[in-house]
Amino acid sequence: MSELVLTEPGIEALSTEEYFINMGPQHPSTHGVLRLVLTIDGEIIRKVEPHIGYIHRSIEKMCEHDSYRQIIHLTDRMDYLSCHMNNEAVCLAIESALQIEVPERVKVIRTIVSELTRLSSHQLWWGVMGMDLGAITSFLYGFRDREMINDIFEETCGARLTMNYNVPGGLMFDIHPNFQQRTKDFLAHFRTKLPEYDRLLSDNPILRSRTEGVGLLSKEDAIAYGITGPSGRASGFACDIRKRLPYSAYPQVEFKEILLTEGDCFARYKARILEMWESISIIEQLIDNIPEGEFQVPTKQVIKLPKGEFYQRVETARGDFGVYIISDGNKSPYRLKFRSPGFSNLFVLDKVARGCKIADLVAIMSTFDYVMPDIDR
Amino acid sequence: MFSAIFEYFKEIYQTIRGLMTGMGVTGKYFAHAREEIITQEYPDNRDTLQMFDRFRGEVILLHNDLNEHRCTGCSACEVACPNGTIEIIWARREDPETGKKKKQLETFVYHLSMCTMCNLCILSCPTDAIKMGKNFEHAVFDRSQLTKVLNRPGSKLEKGVE
Amino acid sequence: MYDFTPLVDSIRNFLHAQFSPGVAMALIWTIIILIYLGCYAILGLVLVYVERRVCAFFQLRLGPNRVGWQGTAQTVADAIKLLLKEPITVNKADKLLFNLAPFIISLASLMVLSLIPIAPGLQAFDINIGLLFIIAVSSIGVVGILLAGWSSNNKYALIGAMRSGAQIVSYELSVGLSLLTIVLLTGTLQLSEIIQSQANGWWIFKGHIPAIAAFFLFITASIAEINRGPFDLPEAESELTAGFHTEYSGLKFAFFFLAEFVNMFIVAAIAATVFFGGWMPLHIGDWQAFNHIMDFIPPIIWFFVKVGGIIFFMMWIKWTFPRLRIDQLLRLEWKYLMPLNLMNLILMAILVYLGWHF
Repeated sequence: MSELVLTEPGIEALSTEEYFINMGPQHPSTHGVLRLVLTIDGEIIRKVEPHIGYIHRSIEKMCEHDSYRQIIHLTDRMDYLSCHMNNEAVCLAIESALQIEVPERVKVIRTIVSELTRLSSHQLWWGVMGMDLGAITSFLYGFRDREMINDIFEETCGARLTMNYNVPGGLMFDIHPNFQQRTKDFLAHFRTKLPEYDRLLSDNPILRSRTEGVGLLSKEDAIAYGITGPSGRASGFACDIRKRLPYSAYPQVEFKEILLTEGDCFARYKARILEMWESISIIEQLIDNIPEGEFQVPTKQVIKLPKGEFYQRVETARGDFGVYIISDGNKSPYRLKFRSPGFSNLFVLDKVARGCKIADLVAIMSTFDYVMPDIDR
Repeated sequence: MFSAIFEYFKEIYQTIRGLMTGMGVTGKYFAHAREEIITQEYPDNRDTLQMFDRFRGEVILLHNDLNEHRCTGCSACEVACPNGTIEIIWARREDPETGKKKKQLETFVYHLSMCTMCNLCILSCPTDAIKMGKNFEHAVFDRSQLTKVLNRPGSKLEKGVE
Repeated sequence: MYDFTPLVDSIRNFLHAQFSPGVAMALIWTIIILIYLGCYAILGLVLVYVERRVCAFFQLRLGPNRVGWQGTAQTVADAIKLLLKEPITVNKADKLLFNLAPFIISLASLMVLSLIPIAPGLQAFDINIGLLFIIAVSSIGVVGILLAGWSSNNKYALIGAMRSGAQIVSYELSVGLSLLTIVLLTGTLQLSEIIQSQANGWWIFKGHIPAIAAFFLFITASIAEINRGPFDLPEAESELTAGFHTEYSGLKFAFFFLAEFVNMFIVAAIAATVFFGGWMPLHIGDWQAFNHIMDFIPPIIWFFVKVGGIIFFMMWIKWTFPRLRIDQLLRLEWKYLMPLNLMNLILMAILVYLGWHF
């Protein structure tokens, strides 16, 4: 269907010429400063070459000069939509290295805030996804609900986006007295709004036809390319770190790992929508059962990790986020490596998008949910 | 043959129904447009706009009515800061009461342009001299105005703070 | 009542009495051109404001509300801003075509605008092949878009222009066929006579099922023809940044922008004229009293209310749906709209033959 070849006798095959087009670094749908060099034949994409590095801030190198407390606020600036999970990963790595057992209260609060962050990230993704496909109204609806989560964060930790709420050994502050009530209000509100998301976009025949069967990614490829998060699970790759290597309060809660088998754009869309329902149920299980106790374990003023290598994985809104610390016993790490989910999710683009139209590439990119600072670091 | 025609019209019907549900959602919001506005009319609501208590807008050095602050010039915040935002300039001066030489704060320089509002300085302060202010309107025409001196002219160390 | 014909005639007679026929003719045309250019600009400004406000209410926002009362002067301010901007011409662009393209687009929409009967007597140009003329002239617009895309020497603009070419050529068919369905009822192509034929009821009621179907087919096809969402592929901003007018700035960009909004008005006006009786008040058969009450509302208000309603419907569609893909767009036309239109046309023909309409 996408190939136009005239094979009637006497008529030579219609010869076409490929050409290059630079999509980005300044482009409305590359979500930041991603540059894609596309080789196109008419409207059909023959090759996608992602070029990154436009927002490289050498965060990993900066970490080698910062103390362990200071590293955490840099991770906010990587995947800013799942900043809390990034913070948590570093804190969990440091805590396991120092063999600190954090109180139950800290674990539960961390889990709740993680899930709220995941919800807010998926809400933003949903709005932007609609906007990429041309339904601009969904953007504002997504932001309306996200605003309530941001208010919860702002009241509890003072910042809306780069929260820096974790410190090694616990949390920076205790939760605000209004936290539980606000969260419950939000959940009650969002339970009525999430079906609306379905009515506006998920059931829309235009969105269905734009996403169903587009950008197919098989399970084998997902595993080979290391596609994690909802994008990987939409292809049937069971990669939820919350289930595989549970951390914080995840062992206590019951939730389903969303596994779909289609692997197309709509499956990735559906996976995120279903994940929002799971996040709501996780928060509902925990919000009334926050145990009493300390919100922080006292740690030394200068944290020095023992010699060795430490690795911690968490599930961010985009997938498997890993922190790999090599310590030589000093107050800053010898080498620190972040395994960011966006990076591996980006480089499957060439595999997935070949043979698609330009409009499909936009749909594929928004269902993989790229956040450029996460990819570039 | 007939089933194909039936399928064709069924597809059209389902498409139109799907589109109508979407229009129902936006139409509902249009009908209640005035009640559900989510945006704020920002400069107009300045008087009523209240930030949360823990809001992190900028670092401020607290002064009491007698123009006294609690900063001993220990530089803990300068060490804790990841970006070199804070510069403490201190000097050893003679205390007029005890007559001993003592470390004292000269100038508390705060580079707002480098601050990431991470709150680590506030946590590290042993005397609770600094806190996060609620002001968020930091736009200036000249970036040199973003470098601030936080201790007021003529301010002294509050009594009893070591 | 409320007939502009005496006024227009008196002006015409006055000019003919004062000047020689040639000069009088030239003066009349000058006046008409000036009025239409003025209306064109004002229509554009009003529609841009309305679009921004309506879109804001769909999206839980307030929209422009600072400049003037409720932001009504916002578009005027924007127009001044566009006037003051530097008109950049790309180095490698084909200068002549690049500068010509915005005028071709404006010309096409201006020519169609002159045919719209706004009120009795208020019509610049009442020819007996009115609808045919509209269909013919409105497709000149695509030439402007193609020129703009080609001469900009920009790949995004070129892709946008090519999409537009494919799109408008195919959707022209559906627009024509759906209008033809009503022409079966009216028996004339002249717009003023089409309105007169609805004096005892609008065609959308008199022609019932096929007329309603034709109305929706017309709206769908014409939204695609004027490149509005969800069929705004030539300028799909998330794919092609701005499509065919990527390289335009300042006043030349304003021409594209104005033409787009005036085209929306034109489509709504044609739909109102053909399906809803144009300026004709709501008349029901021989209910004399009711018809008489309706006649008290001036025709010009009837016209603008109908057009406004249809424009609102088009905005509602635009601000709800995602954009289609180019192959889906063409499939929609050739697989759904075209066959449905043909079926509808046959149904209407049978209806007219059997006299089953009102």
